[in-house]
Amino acid sequence: MKLPIYLDYSATTPVDPRVADKMIQCLSLEGNFGNPASRSHLFGWRAEEAVEDARRQVADLIHADPREIVWTSGATESDNLAIKGVARFYSKKGKHIITSKIEHKAVLDTCRQLEREGFEITYLEPGSDGLITPVMVEKALRDDTILVSLMHVNNEIGVINDIEAIGELTRARKIIFHVDAAQSVGKIPLNMETMKVDLLSISAHKLYGPKGIGALFVRRKPRIRLEAQMHGGGHERGMRSGTLATHQIVGMGEACRLAAEEMDAETVRLTALKERVLSQFSDLEEVHLNGSAEQRVPGILNISFAFVEGESLMMSLKDLAISSGSACTSASLEPSYVLRALGLSDELAHSSLRISLGRFTTEEEVDHAVKEIHVAVEKLRELSPLWDMFKDGVDLSKVEWVAH
Amino acid sequence: MAYSEKVIDHYENPRNVGKLDQEAGNVGTGMVGAPACGDVMRLQIQVNDDGVIEDARFKTYGCGSAIASSSLATEWMKGKTLDEAVTIKNTDIAEELALPPVKIHCSVLAEDAIKAAIDDYRAKHDDQEEQEGRQQPSQEESQEEE
Repeated sequence: MKLPIYLDYSATTPVDPRVADKMIQCLSLEGNFGNPASRSHLFGWRAEEAVEDARRQVADLIHADPREIVWTSGATESDNLAIKGVARFYSKKGKHIITSKIEHKAVLDTCRQLEREGFEITYLEPGSDGLITPVMVEKALRDDTILVSLMHVNNEIGVINDIEAIGELTRARKIIFHVDAAQSVGKIPLNMETMKVDLLSISAHKLYGPKGIGALFVRRKPRIRLEAQMHGGGHERGMRSGTLATHQIVGMGEACRLAAEEMDAETVRLTALKERVLSQFSDLEEVHLNGSAEQRVPGILNISFAFVEGESLMMSLKDLAISSGSACTSASLEPSYVLRALGLSDELAHSSLRISLGRFTTEEEVDHAVKEIHVAVEKLRELSPLWDMFKDGVDLSKVEWVAH
Repeated sequence: MAYSEKVIDHYENPRNVGKLDQEAGNVGTGMVGAPACGDVMRLQIQVNDDGVIEDARFKTYGCGSAIASSSLATEWMKGKTLDEAVTIKNTDIAEELALPPVKIHCSVLAEDAIKAAIDDYRAKHDDQEEQEGRQQPSQEESQEEE
């Protein structure tokens, strides 16, 4: 077993070696290095063919038409293009947009920008399970709503929103529905033929493809129009200019092909690993799994170890590469805005770890990780005045703290 | 973030972890911080008749720097008189542990905890001298004073 153990797959994934092999073939003089936009010679034609093959592979994974796939630099750009593109194109129809408080910053910060430009944004508050329900969306819809933007799977807690049901609501009212699917594409089935999603953001590096490449699904029927955010040579049907990065695109295509092929078996394997982790924590007191226990992907576990602060916990976990919900690492002292929006108490929000499992995670690795976390939690609880107080039966919510 | 060797040493081998009897007349308790901010320190001192801190104990919920700051504070307080201990500055703690700017608040918290423990002891002590024989303040009351 190689140390440290990587358990941060929802931050990024390593490129699958099979993907890297394909990418290498598109770089040097001997390889497929041409500009896909070159129409006058073989180099350009070959590159274009590789790009179009990859476009089909991405489309196949989500059951879309290849002509509905627009290459971008990643999910952040896809989110920007979808939200700003729709807002600016349809602003005469209305200026109201609905999103949620626990979206990725790529969506939240884009919405903030639109607020400065005169749009009105409703930020839905999730339930304590972290889910945005169709009922919540329906209540927020207005006559001037032009766009609903919600994530499919939350990157911090792994819960799955029911985008199928939400799409029915928006389609019936001719409101555009954008889904940030960075954490779900290649992990759970997505079908653009049956789901009434109009725009879908995809990232390659979350599914064992390279960083720096992503895609936006833009529905053709009914046709969704966007105002381009990047102007230039009119690539991607004018929606996103810029020379296509053949090697990146080929990598993303291959990653999507592998994900489609291995999704079912991988889900079974990751579910077993997740159960293995949770069962090994069952003998530890005051351990809480954050977010819905049922409606979730198996790969992301956000767990609070009460009365232990997340950053100091990570300091003990030398063999593990994971992330913490405590933002003590930042200057703000604010714990994760996602966990806060779930209504988690501050001490639980500060006490959380996100463990994310992936394609190369083994049983041996999770066993080692759980053991290390066990030891660290017990050590830090011995050091924790809050643990003392809890054990003495003090209700921490009733204590008057001297905040600084 | 990279921690200094001294922070790591205090984090891995914290000095003077523990709890003293909060009710005892010769013990002063300081509890500062809040779970909402991600750190809570409890620092306690035991003072002998000559006004010298003969024991100091801490427990801290917080990041590595917060744990190290309180561990160092107990080390420095032991053997000092109250008047000496009260002069320990957060800047001295921050310098000794080479805390980065975002962690300065941990040393501030430690200084606050030192002062709170000394104040608590002095409040109790004044009570004892002025009002001989009267009951000690209950645990709840003394917590409010912190």
